[in-house]
Amino acid sequence: MAAGGADKFSVLLPTYNERENLPLVVWLLARTFQESGNNFEIIIIDDGSPDGTQEIAEQLEKIYGSDKIVMREIISVLFSSGTAYIHGMKHATGNFVVIMDADLSHHPKFIPEFIRKQKEGNFDIVSGTRYKGNGGVYGWDLKRKLISRGANFITQVLLRPGASDLTGSFRLYRKEVLQKLMEKCVSKGYVFQMEMIVRARQLGYTIGEVPISFVDRVYGESKLGGNEIVSFLKGLLTLFATT
Amino acid sequence: MTKLGQWLCGLALLGSAWAALALAPPGLRLPAPYRQALLPLPVYLLVAFGCYSLATVGYRLATFNDCEEAAAELQEQILTARADLRRRGLRF
Repeated sequence: MAAGGADKFSVLLPTYNERENLPLVVWLLARTFQESGNNFEIIIIDDGSPDGTQEIAEQLEKIYGSDKIVMREIISVLFSSGTAYIHGMKHATGNFVVIMDADLSHHPKFIPEFIRKQKEGNFDIVSGTRYKGNGGVYGWDLKRKLISRGANFITQVLLRPGASDLTGSFRLYRKEVLQKLMEKCVSKGYVFQMEMIVRARQLGYTIGEVPISFVDRVYGESKLGGNEIVSFLKGLLTLFATT
Repeated sequence: MTKLGQWLCGLALLGSAWAALALAPPGLRLPAPYRQALLPLPVYLLVAFGCYSLATVGYRLATFNDCEEAAAELQEQILTARADLRRRGLRF
């Protein structure tokens, strides 16, 4: 059987103002998949970015071919991850879906490791973790790391989720698993990613983990403030009380 | 059952066991030393859990990997990518 067999991987990239990073992510993805021999497509879901992200995406489509790059636009204000994935999946023709950030914090080089792990354990979901093995971060100060570890600790105590990194958004899903979970998940932002894992466990799906490195923001500004923390805690307590 | 439900059940179970043993009416009491040890137990456990939490988070914070090579590698790849894309006709 040829490398990858009949599997096809759809990468969903929700973007907002990623004009700088998008071409680089796409270049890295294309190279990674070409080297690993897997069949792939990249689906860019842009939330009406004013910085020309869509224009760049269209250029990339010309360069790589429209069977490889699919650009879909939603005009809404600050869509949640959930909306982006729902839109993206409508156009996904792969049997596996990779979700990741488009800002270069997630490196495509880990995707072959996700694929390997998935085959190894026949997992429904493979989740990238920053907290185990040689997973880690770059560009975080002590305060940020403390918040991250503290929040993760509280999450582990309250939800006992069976996965080490719940707020991570670098994952590989079987397509039908992702679709099923999308129907059930209602939260937004970080909590949405947590809810996916919690519901997956409830539904009996298997989850494998792969250590990843998270490189914070090469370009652009980061988005963690007091508001985010409060809404994270609210979301966590909601999950605690309802799942 | 929700996680909250599990916690409430667990706490109710432990709480009633503790209350029964530590606050029992005169007829059914354990010997005094046992009761004296049992009475502050909930507080001890809470404090112990607090210490465990601090130690665990502290340890995890200290051992949080810094991915220096990943960042350096990424920077290099960005340069390669930009050059290659420019060659292929991308106008940044």
